[in-house]
Amino acid sequence: MPDILEVKNLSVAFGQIKILSHLSFSVKEASTLAVIGPNGAGKTLLFRALIGAERHSGEVVWKPGIKIGYIPQKLDLERDLPVTALELLMAKAAIVKLGAKHVDESLKLVDLPIKDARQPIGNLSGGQFQRALIAFALIGEPEVLLFDEPTAGVDAPGQEKIYELTNRLKKEKHLTVIIISHDLSLVYEYADEVLCLNREKICFGKPQEVLEPQALEKLYGSPHKYYIHNDHRN
Amino acid sequence: MTIETSYLLLSVFIAAAAGLVGCFALMKKMTLASDAFSHIALPGLGIAILLKINPLIGGAAALMIGGLLVWLIENRTRISSEAVIGVIFSASLAVGSLITPREDLIEALFGGLQAINPLEFVIAALISLAIIAFILKNKERLVVSLISRDLAATSGISTERLNFYFLLFFSLTIILGLRYSGVLLMGSLIIVPAAAAKYLSRSLKGMLATSTVISVVSTISGLLLASKFNLTAGPIIVIIAAAAFFAGLVLKPKD
Repeated sequence: MPDILEVKNLSVAFGQIKILSHLSFSVKEASTLAVIGPNGAGKTLLFRALIGAERHSGEVVWKPGIKIGYIPQKLDLERDLPVTALELLMAKAAIVKLGAKHVDESLKLVDLPIKDARQPIGNLSGGQFQRALIAFALIGEPEVLLFDEPTAGVDAPGQEKIYELTNRLKKEKHLTVIIISHDLSLVYEYADEVLCLNREKICFGKPQEVLEPQALEKLYGSPHKYYIHNDHRN
Repeated sequence: MTIETSYLLLSVFIAAAAGLVGCFALMKKMTLASDAFSHIALPGLGIAILLKINPLIGGAAALMIGGLLVWLIENRTRISSEAVIGVIFSASLAVGSLITPREDLIEALFGGLQAINPLEFVIAALISLAIIAFILKNKERLVVSLISRDLAATSGISTERLNFYFLLFFSLTIILGLRYSGVLLMGSLIIVPAAAAKYLSRSLKGMLATSTVISVVSTISGLLLASKFNLTAGPIIVIIAAAAFFAGLVLKPKD
């Protein structure tokens, strides 16, 4: 598979403080890349640089004409904002010049019933809101999904469902998925490659090859407990 | 004192523009900022009165310069609009109250009902319609960018450019309102109907419609009452809009 994204020597600094330095990696079409690292490692910042929302040095080269669907980690929203999830999705459809049919389709893809979508976004549960955000990202038929910490604010069964959903969408739509995650067992299960990030690249490669105790200790600064299913060792 | 039909019609346009702009100003957390923003016009009004030119031209120039300053400082420093507008507002009010002749200050602050000439009517009507068209055409972009700049970026929206246009149309709304409600009250006409509508609505469509209706109804009834009892229109309009807000608080059914 050819590369869909190539990142060369990417650095992001706030004033004198370098948050990301000299990152280089590439992502293959229709693969899943997991980005892991401790809090403050610059994972979300990397995503913002990838979508062009953060000033950076170095190069971020997407395959020409690629559309990106972005699912942010959390949004700092007022609870009483009188905007329904459906209005937010219709807004995206209008901006990318698509009809209401695409909104219905994306709601079906994420299993969000229309009656939930008619609620103001402040009334939705963490899981429902995340589904609405995935639906938002899917409108406009993106080739790439950037998913920031899909499990923040969602309970454990909800997390599993969101991973299953992402994996299903990936297969159905041949999507390339770049996902930030804290859950190493899910990274083992779903990622083709993993980027360990702590302001710089600590490791990059197949999870089974690079996620060794030494690398994790270097990444998180202390011995990291993780659980590997036996079937993933093979 | 009677009200000309053209003045009433123009007031409806301006009120509708204020009701619509107010919804996004409120959701963008520019509530106090929008009140403060209208005060930025004051030094311009003062200078225009001293130079004996139309005070509205001075007010408009001051607002345009103020709007540009706010946008520039916000983009260069990442300080929130609210803080930047707060600083510029205080400075403007201080400078404005020093240079505006005392006898003209009250009129600049509270406005007055004056006759308008046909040219003024046409220009003001066109500007109001342009503001209404801008909000209706860009409501989708505005709502996505206020929910998340990053979602906006991946939807192909430049939030920076959109904010610039919003501040421009926001300033135009205030300039129009200065004509009849004065510096102090125009900010209120932008905030109060939108605040009532936000509380009463469960959707963006509902909020935009409710805010426009409250703004237009308060303006018409305020103008008619002021004319009948020979009072200043601006304060009456704002009192009626505020009454609608409190009525909404009391009457809204619980979810």
